[in-house]
Amino acid sequence: MISIKKLRKDFGPRTVLNELDLEIPAGQATGIVGPNGSGKTTTIKALLGLVKPTSGDIVVDGKSIEGEWLYRSKIGYMPQIARYPENMTIGELFEFIKNMRGSDTNRDRELLEYFDLDSEIDKRMRALSGGMRQKVGAILAMMFDPEILIFDEPTAGLDPKSSVQFKRLVHEEKQKGKTVLLTSHIMSEIEELTDHLIFMVEGNIRYDGPMRELMERQQEQRLEGAVAKMMEETAA
Amino acid sequence: MKALTILKYQWKDLLRGKWIVGYGLIYLLIADAMIRFGNAGPKAMLSISNIMLLLIPLVGMIYGALYLYQSREFTELLLAQPIDRPSLFWGLFGGLAIPLALAFALGTAIPMIYTGMIVTANLQSILLILMLGIALTLLFTGLGFWFGLKFFEDRVKGLGFALVSWLFLAVLYDGLILLAVFAFGDYPIEKPMLALALANPIDLARITVLLEFDISALMGYTGAVFNRFFGSMLGISVALSCLMLWLGIPLWRSQRQFEKKDF
Repeated sequence: MISIKKLRKDFGPRTVLNELDLEIPAGQATGIVGPNGSGKTTTIKALLGLVKPTSGDIVVDGKSIEGEWLYRSKIGYMPQIARYPENMTIGELFEFIKNMRGSDTNRDRELLEYFDLDSEIDKRMRALSGGMRQKVGAILAMMFDPEILIFDEPTAGLDPKSSVQFKRLVHEEKQKGKTVLLTSHIMSEIEELTDHLIFMVEGNIRYDGPMRELMERQQEQRLEGAVAKMMEETAA
Repeated sequence: MKALTILKYQWKDLLRGKWIVGYGLIYLLIADAMIRFGNAGPKAMLSISNIMLLLIPLVGMIYGALYLYQSREFTELLLAQPIDRPSLFWGLFGGLAIPLALAFALGTAIPMIYTGMIVTANLQSILLILMLGIALTLLFTGLGFWFGLKFFEDRVKGLGFALVSWLFLAVLYDGLILLAVFAFGDYPIEKPMLALALANPIDLARITVLLEFDISALMGYTGAVFNRFFGSMLGISVALSCLMLWLGIPLWRSQRQFEKKDF
């Protein structure tokens, strides 16, 4: 269970998150949508402790994360732009992070095979294509079997086949009772993978609740239409 | 523990870059040449320390800043893992500063060993020079980290600041002091001059070297004032303690900055 309480973040004079209050339910998949620059990534980074909030608090499993770091062992994170040390090979990278976490999991092998990357294990990160890096990011997020999975625009650089593979995997994780947090601009993806929806505009929450309810309220069959309608409403 | 895992990886990566080996070789060549021409006496050591006083701050600051920019991906990857920021900071810093200091120490010491200078010359002086070089490496790498963190988004600015500070501390500072002496020579300015000498870590290291070898003609103005004020032994201790203080400030500041930073 993750609760965000009155979270505020200013970058200089610009307020990116404006007193955000959120409850991210455990064991469910939550999608965050919103236009560019609405604060989705900043929210995720604050949750990971990458960005320090100006004020407010984030509580994970009943404990405030301020000054804490051990809680991150419960989280797997796949960033929007996957950047890794250029000189490392895939195998070294996984080995290194395993050392850091003090884990000797074999899940990375399974996942490498799943994504057809097992033949590339000795390739350096700089020699990998954008899509391959995304896959490496996905594996890093999932290989330690964490309770909370955070994906920031996960399928943006993936080809259709890998994208389908990825979504199937996320679905399985969800089935196992993991808490999933996902941002995306592809509404069909959100619709497919998540149950709970958060809609953000300029650092404020416009909608926070079950996805079905929103679609019923907006009288739309598809999420895309419902969100588009909501965007128009906020613009007006 | 986690800082050690980081150190191990960083060192492997640095060695793979071979850059650090070249840096050590430069010192090896310089020390070798100086010992050949300077007859393994204090003259050779003085020449080595003169070069070290210029080169170490430059390389430390530039590479300190550059290194932070280069390992940005690495830092971002690790920040999302269960590790506290101080461990990560010291892992990054040690990952660069320790190999740099070792490259200097080995590069300088090896020619001294195979030429037998280590037996013939004053061991205390040799150790002092090596210690000073190591302290300067840590200090200026820390300063480079500080600039790199302060201008994390703007590499040109960060590197520019590093370069200008080097120019100021290593080259311009003494000229400015001489200018001040020239302008205010009629007033009792010994104490303010002393304070100015304490404010520049390169000056402090230089004064320490000159006091150790007791070469008053080369001491420059600040060195002479220092010598008269403290005498040799006390002078060296004061200069060294100030240097240690100097070492703490950039490291303390950059660690604070690293802990508060948004990535």
